[in-house]
Amino acid sequence: MGYFLTLVVMVAVLAVVWRLLGAYMVAVYDGRTRWLAFVERPLYRLLGTDPKVEQTWRRYAVSLIAFSLVSALLTYAILRLQGHLPLNPDHLHGVPPALSFNTAVSFLTNTNWQNYPGETTMSYLSQMTALAVQNFVSASVGMAVAVALIRGLSRKGSSTIGNFWVDLTRGVLYILLPISFLMAIVFVSQGAVQTLAGPAHIHDALNGVSQTIPRGPVASQEVIKQLGTNGGGFFNANAAHPFENPDGLTNLLEILLILSIPVALTYTFGRMVGSVRQGVAVLAAMTLLFGVWLGSTSVAEHAPNPAVAAAGLAHQPGGNMVGKEARFGDTSSALFNVVSTQTSTGSVDSSMDSYNPLGGMGTMTGMMLGEVSPGGVGSGLYTMLCFALLAVFIGGLMVGRTPEYLGKKIQAREVKLAAIAILVMPVTVLVLAGLASVLPAGTSPTLNAGPHGFSEILYAFTSQANNNGSAFAGLSSNTVFYNVLGGLAMLVGRFVIIIPVLALAGALAAKEMVPAGAGTFRTDTALFAGLLVAVVLIVGGLTFFPAVSLGPVVEALSHGRFFG
Amino acid sequence: MLTLLRRSLVLALFFLVLLGLAYPLAETGLAGTLFPGRSGGSLTANGSTLIGQRWKGTRWFHGRPDPDNPMASGPTNLGPRSEKLRDQVEARIDRWHRLGVKPTPELVTGSGSGLDPDISPRAAYAQVPMVAKARHLPPSVVRHLVSASIRGPQLGFLGAPYVNVLELNESLARLR
Repeated sequence: MGYFLTLVVMVAVLAVVWRLLGAYMVAVYDGRTRWLAFVERPLYRLLGTDPKVEQTWRRYAVSLIAFSLVSALLTYAILRLQGHLPLNPDHLHGVPPALSFNTAVSFLTNTNWQNYPGETTMSYLSQMTALAVQNFVSASVGMAVAVALIRGLSRKGSSTIGNFWVDLTRGVLYILLPISFLMAIVFVSQGAVQTLAGPAHIHDALNGVSQTIPRGPVASQEVIKQLGTNGGGFFNANAAHPFENPDGLTNLLEILLILSIPVALTYTFGRMVGSVRQGVAVLAAMTLLFGVWLGSTSVAEHAPNPAVAAAGLAHQPGGNMVGKEARFGDTSSALFNVVSTQTSTGSVDSSMDSYNPLGGMGTMTGMMLGEVSPGGVGSGLYTMLCFALLAVFIGGLMVGRTPEYLGKKIQAREVKLAAIAILVMPVTVLVLAGLASVLPAGTSPTLNAGPHGFSEILYAFTSQANNNGSAFAGLSSNTVFYNVLGGLAMLVGRFVIIIPVLALAGALAAKEMVPAGAGTFRTDTALFAGLLVAVVLIVGGLTFFPAVSLGPVVEALSHGRFFG
Repeated sequence: MLTLLRRSLVLALFFLVLLGLAYPLAETGLAGTLFPGRSGGSLTANGSTLIGQRWKGTRWFHGRPDPDNPMASGPTNLGPRSEKLRDQVEARIDRWHRLGVKPTPELVTGSGSGLDPDISPRAAYAQVPMVAKARHLPPSVVRHLVSASIRGPQLGFLGAPYVNVLELNESLARLR
């Protein structure tokens, strides 16, 4: 009952956010919202860029890559040098090179895969200036790319798709920072920690126990980590840690923060292309996929854990509580992790590795669909729009007409670019997971035996190539092998998708509009939303079914067997 | 290209100062003023109500069987068909049975944080006979303490009902 009410409240709040934040984002990216002009104007002057001058897709892409390169180097330098920098109350040393590379790439690409425990690796300064800053800017970069693609679809005969520097800056200043600032204090009111005072040393006289409790500027980082669908925890336990996610209310707020921008961007999209119904069709497809995955994962986690049942507690209420927090319970935990893996967040409030076989399969396959339901900030929408182009292409093949989307003829170049953007991820995942499964350097760091060990490897590359960042965390992946290979997977999974998407934006912007005729396949209908869902499922199913069969499916079918 | 790199560096440094320093420092100042206790980790004389401890002996209520090392948070990550997990849980059930307690699942399984400060009300009630016997108290008194300590679901529907083990044990200590 409580869970049902939680879902109702979640949907109701998101409906309001969809409309209000969606419309606000239109105004932000159209340049009509100006209440921070006093910050923007001097900044653009300092940058030497004229906010009114737009860029071609090539110029936009090169600017994005230059900024990403500089960001990565700056992050890497802070991590390496943290031992010599201030705000380091635990006197931590510099982060080693391979781990610094993996972490810098991870936060740059909005992945937040973490091969380190935060409390004993990162100084406060590193958390604040290296990691949290990337949480903001990587999210804003994703949103900028999505908006550039929307502009490509909504303009005709245009050679430009916007100004990267302006889009990046406005996303941070007008959207991410104000929401984060307000929400962080709400998190503190519930018990999230926000202090620079260093660890607390306590002695419990009742019990004779002494503890050293790490603290830090947690709330400010927690909020942007969810709002930007980043997901990297201040602490190793991520959002299961009571200092990050203290109670049921913050658990719901984190879920809402994660979903707000990806959901609202469908409204922004609809408005910018001149028909909110187009955005609703995309949102409907996202919602359908999300609902199916949420339902199956919640049911799976509401059942007892097989190992606990075999040990003698078969008929107990409360579901699978292994790796879950008492204050959240089984279903709210499942909701959180489904939300986190259907976006590109990857933050967890419970241990994915200890989920029941079908529960773990739900979170893994949610990412394998390409994170489009609703996906990461920006990345969810631009990936889904690539699927939409593929859907109209397939629809066009069925009736033998040149496909159109939003009045644009979709021709060979557009279909090729969309196909590249869609296929990069599965190819990266399957090649690297296959490689790791046959090399000792890949298999020896697994914690669990049998099919679950393979799932840990498959999950790791699925998560990194999708820029998700969650883990079947039994894999001890702080090795040179996993740091380097994982870093490559994250870079490919981010930039080899973004560049074709920007090229697509450029190609579409240059096209003229074709007036809709009697034979035009309408893309604002339930039929189109259904076709879109089918295309996502067919592409994901065909590419990943064999691999998933070897992991979670075998595990689910191994009734009564245990692996050691 | 050089212009782009220079522009990138200036913008990255601007964001570093605004988002990496000004934002978290302003938030820290505000949090310390408005919520001095909570922003510092909800500390009481005996620990933090948000961080689990390992309770010893039969005179106290016990929490989840976590390592409870705050410097190394995180779950065990054992899979649902792990022999090791099954054997661990079996051993914990035996230990509880020897103490005369019929355990619930959370009393024999590790949490997500490795620091779970709470247990379900059922898990607390299950320990009442053990604690009452060790303290020579009537079980009804101890049971009453448990029912007075039940928190959540928050706002009536968020998350699960739970009992904070440190708060419960502190109220037990005040009882004599």
